[in-house]
Amino acid sequence: MSAVSVRDVSVAFEAVRVFDGLTLDIEEGEFIVLLGPSGCGKSTLLNAIAGLLDVASGQIWIGGRNVTWEEPKDRGIAMVFQSYALYPRMSVKENMSFGLRMAKTPKPEIEKRVKQAAELLQITHLLDRRPDQLSGGQRQRVAIGRALVRDAAVFLFDEPLSNLDAKLRNELRVEIKRLHARLGKTTMVYVTHDQIEAMTLADRIVVMKDQKVQQIGSPGEIYRRPANLFVAGFVGSPQMNFIKGRIEESDGSPEFVAGRRRLPLAGYDFTGHPTAGQDVILGVRPEHLDILDIGTWSGFTIDIVEPMGADMVIWCSDREGSLQVRTGGNTKAAPGDRLSLRVDVAQVSLFDAETGDRI
Amino acid sequence: MSALEPQGRRPRHLTIGRVGVYAFLITAALFFLLPLWIMVVTSLKPMDEIRLGNILALPAAMTIEAWTKAWSSACTGLECNGISVGFWNSVRILIPSVILSIAAGAINGYALSFWRVKGANVMFGVLLLGAFIPYQVFLYPLVRIFSMSGIYNSLTCIVIVHVIFGLPTMTLLFRNYYAGLPIELFKAARIDGGGFWTIFFRVMLPMSTPMLVVATILQTTGIWNDFIFGLTFAGRENLPMTVQLNNIVHSTQGERAYNVDMAATMLAALVPLVVYFVSGRWFVRGIAAGAVKG
Repeated sequence: MSAVSVRDVSVAFEAVRVFDGLTLDIEEGEFIVLLGPSGCGKSTLLNAIAGLLDVASGQIWIGGRNVTWEEPKDRGIAMVFQSYALYPRMSVKENMSFGLRMAKTPKPEIEKRVKQAAELLQITHLLDRRPDQLSGGQRQRVAIGRALVRDAAVFLFDEPLSNLDAKLRNELRVEIKRLHARLGKTTMVYVTHDQIEAMTLADRIVVMKDQKVQQIGSPGEIYRRPANLFVAGFVGSPQMNFIKGRIEESDGSPEFVAGRRRLPLAGYDFTGHPTAGQDVILGVRPEHLDILDIGTWSGFTIDIVEPMGADMVIWCSDREGSLQVRTGGNTKAAPGDRLSLRVDVAQVSLFDAETGDRI
Repeated sequence: MSALEPQGRRPRHLTIGRVGVYAFLITAALFFLLPLWIMVVTSLKPMDEIRLGNILALPAAMTIEAWTKAWSSACTGLECNGISVGFWNSVRILIPSVILSIAAGAINGYALSFWRVKGANVMFGVLLLGAFIPYQVFLYPLVRIFSMSGIYNSLTCIVIVHVIFGLPTMTLLFRNYYAGLPIELFKAARIDGGGFWTIFFRVMLPMSTPMLVVATILQTTGIWNDFIFGLTFAGRENLPMTVQLNNIVHSTQGERAYNVDMAATMLAALVPLVVYFVSGRWFVRGIAAGAVKG
């Protein structure tokens, strides 16, 4: 039995259909990240699961119950928002206990749960403050605390870290992951446009674009075997290199050809059957290009070197185009140097040039 | 080495242009203060002194007789109980009207901006249209409606009228204020189990202090200064202060008691004056924030 199940759901704003028959199953205790650029519909989907938005058709099941027409409070969910959404006129304690007070929970029980959540998030010393006396990181902790005391089976996060600065974002990210591990069976659905958050937090990532699911898979799968050009380009920084070319037959085995560059595809794990002459796009991640004095592909000149401490990104080009290479931080490289590259065929991705799908 | 000096002549602060501006501002201020000055000094003079005609002069023998007369024994038509009757009538009209119109406007604004009712925009448009139609157009139809329902010429009647005519402005004010609040606050409250009224009273209303202050100012001054609704709908027993002031000023037989007229006028203006002085800062802020007509 899955914790959250979105079955053939359509959402419409006025006359515009936002989703058409979207289906998604989330296992109990799973950490699911909905990843995509703004406007891809990930927040809309989250709001539909929360019940803050009416669906036009389809069903939403949470914890084995059809909750499609139930009020948000009856769905056994808790939600954390990007703008924290703390009640400004209430103290931290009142903020956290608001839901329980609405549900007429007995006072000792409220005290106990607030205390537990506050200790877990290390905000006990803030309980009597007002939200405007807190920093951004503290506010988001309180917002998470407010979700925690609800004792919900499913947590919904709507870009919870996007308003924080980089350092705090990293800290809270780790904390959310730790929280998920500690809570055990709690299912988490997390919306973000930040691929690092998605990669580090998720058990499975749902990549979305234009209101459609592009790929569902573990972070490793998404990164190594992107299902199409969009996923390949969206996930990974620096971006994956794309090289236009076509498939040719040589000695009975397929080969990738782009101008004078060739790459035998003997070790490539095809998902379909390539045909000779098919137009394709080769995707290579910057770290899967090795710099050699003599390599598979030669004749590149370095344009720009971007040292990043632990590693380094080298932009190099020849007449046919430019590539980014990620290499160790201690590599000696300067603009104007010439270099050759070796491509590991087991690590590349091939996409059909027309459909953009992986082949 | 000596300290570096900025080069050239220091820019002068007192230029001819600046002097001109100040001269204009002072003249304008005097121009607007003059009537008030005349009213204050006249109200403190006995009639003998007023007859001499030095309207700008300070009173030689200062007396507050005119004020007490205006308050408790000036004649409004046949009765001679002063303007105090009208004052208390105005208070009785003011308090329920202000409270009810603000409550209705706040609830309306809250419902329109958060609860996405079908056709909310159309309703809001119609309501706004109401704010721009001249009041006089409504007078006769309303008189007919009220007299048919049997509450014409009563306190209830005048309060209902004030609430109806306050509704567009109040709704606009609160709708715009609530539209500026993050919608996520509302979503969070819904997930926490709040219904229509709990979210309104426990989350939204506590955040509305600035708008409540502005709305109170707008409605208090507007309703207190009202003349035509009071005259038309309140009935003889409940005539507001403005109507009684008119009666005092225009019903005097023989010699006109300027000092009493002045004192009565200032008494009638007291409430809005106090409201403005106490809350001017809030008022400006609210006008700017809500962008409503004053």
